Amino acid sequence: MLDILLYPFMQRALIAGVLVAVPCSLLGVFLVLRRRAFIGEGLAHISFGGIALGLLLGLNPLIVALLITLLGSVMIQLIKDRSKLPSDTAIGIFSYTGFALGVFIISLTRGFNTDLFAYLFGSILTVSKFDLLFSVILSIITILIIILFYNNLFYITFDEETARTGGVNTGIYKHLIGFLVATTVVISMRIVGIILVASFMIIPAAAALQISKNFRQTLVYSIIICILSVLIGMVLSATFDFAASASIILVNFILFIMIFLARKTVA
Amino acid sequence: MKKKKHEILRVENLSFSYGKEVLSDVSFSLYEGDYLGIIGENGGGKTTLIKLIIGLIKPASGKITLCGKDIRKFNKWDEVGYIPQKATGFDQNFPSSVEEIVSLGLLSKKRLFRFITKADMEIVYRQLKKVGMLEQRKKKIGELSGGQQQRVFIARALVSKPRLLILDEPTAGIDPKTQGEFYEMLGKLNKEGITIIIVSHDVSYITKYVSKVACLNNKMFFHGTHEEFCSSHVVDEILGHEKHIVCHNHQNA
Repeated sequence: MLDILLYPFMQRALIAGVLVAVPCSLLGVFLVLRRRAFIGEGLAHISFGGIALGLLLGLNPLIVALLITLLGSVMIQLIKDRSKLPSDTAIGIFSYTGFALGVFIISLTRGFNTDLFAYLFGSILTVSKFDLLFSVILSIITILIIILFYNNLFYITFDEETARTGGVNTGIYKHLIGFLVATTVVISMRIVGIILVASFMIIPAAAALQISKNFRQTLVYSIIICILSVLIGMVLSATFDFAASASIILVNFILFIMIFLARKTVA
Repeated sequence: MKKKKHEILRVENLSFSYGKEVLSDVSFSLYEGDYLGIIGENGGGKTTLIKLIIGLIKPASGKITLCGKDIRKFNKWDEVGYIPQKATGFDQNFPSSVEEIVSLGLLSKKRLFRFITKADMEIVYRQLKKVGMLEQRKKKIGELSGGQQQRVFIARALVSKPRLLILDEPTAGIDPKTQGEFYEMLGKLNKEGITIIIVSHDVSYITKYVSKVACLNNKMFFHGTHEEFCSSHVVDEILGHEKHIVCHNHQNA
């Protein structure tokens, strides 16, 4: 069964999957604890509009999606800060508008439905070399940013008000988190697809929170759970010809349930 | 000749409104080593005043000078320790250890990339020992009692060695015995030279320990020493009988 790992395409896919799993699982912890779990879902919807626009204009869809999703992240934060609307409403406005943009563009043309499906549901085993490289570079940049600003991100996640009096520019860091999530959504879409990308962030974090004793441990457990899901999910997918994205998320869920039940049993 | 004390805080003609005016023309100064208790009715603007002092909100008019610098340009946050109202109101399942929480207090001393070193952790442990929480350093913050959590937040506020410590209703929800221990600890810190501002609606308790009292009810009705507070008639109509209890308690303290 593990012979499949000897194929170069599988090795490439696994490397990309593991590298993308790290920023996803790290950011997931910050989002879940900040009660912003669904910003990933919102930005994924926006990225759908970007992918469709890129395909329509004949540009690289990932790059167009990245720009549109970053813009969406800024707009969500601005509307939230400058209106009296709660954050989920601000997310909803841009999320559904982005998705509507994608559907509208699809209705204009019938030519790229197959490509679009690859982004909607993920297709890591058929990913192009450019997309792979793009995802790997952005993953590394995202991981580095999280490491460099780890303590500030931790501080505003725990207590935003006191973080401000501790000299943390919370406005900038809220945008930084938005940017990192937008980037992570775009680089993850070839692996788990736009529709499932938010769960790729939320479930490992939720599982880690069941057993961790401190913040650093939560991040480490979240990474381990996410990487395990990618490895097991992709091997199952390649061996039994299951959909890779669905396999990864289902393994994620099974790990969450196992940890949840184990914790309940111990308690 | 007695050495002149440094001015830590100056508030001049401060006004603020959330649609309805909350603070009107408030002025006072605070000097190194002072221990100021801000009292007043709910909705009287106590928390708003604190938020203005630490720059969380901007005044409609007036000026605040903190540690010699205009609050709009102030950036020496390691000189100020702050414990907000409902500090213990965080998500009790938050996955963070006591030592992690206290180490956050050191970030104000650092520049862009704020890493915590082994030497920093030694400082954290010293501070935890000082507030009697060293044994609990590996515990999850949510596993501690309300009083213990407040000690941890005190340690976080003090770990950067601030000149000014600001506490907004720090003992809300804590039992009377723990409150007493908490105020004793603040008294010791003040004797070590830390200037303290504490907000409370618990007038009788707070005024036993502070050296200065400010009475706020959208306007600054009174600001002076405890003795001046007891001899003043200005606050009688606000505190009434409570003032007599306060002054009596202080004499016996």
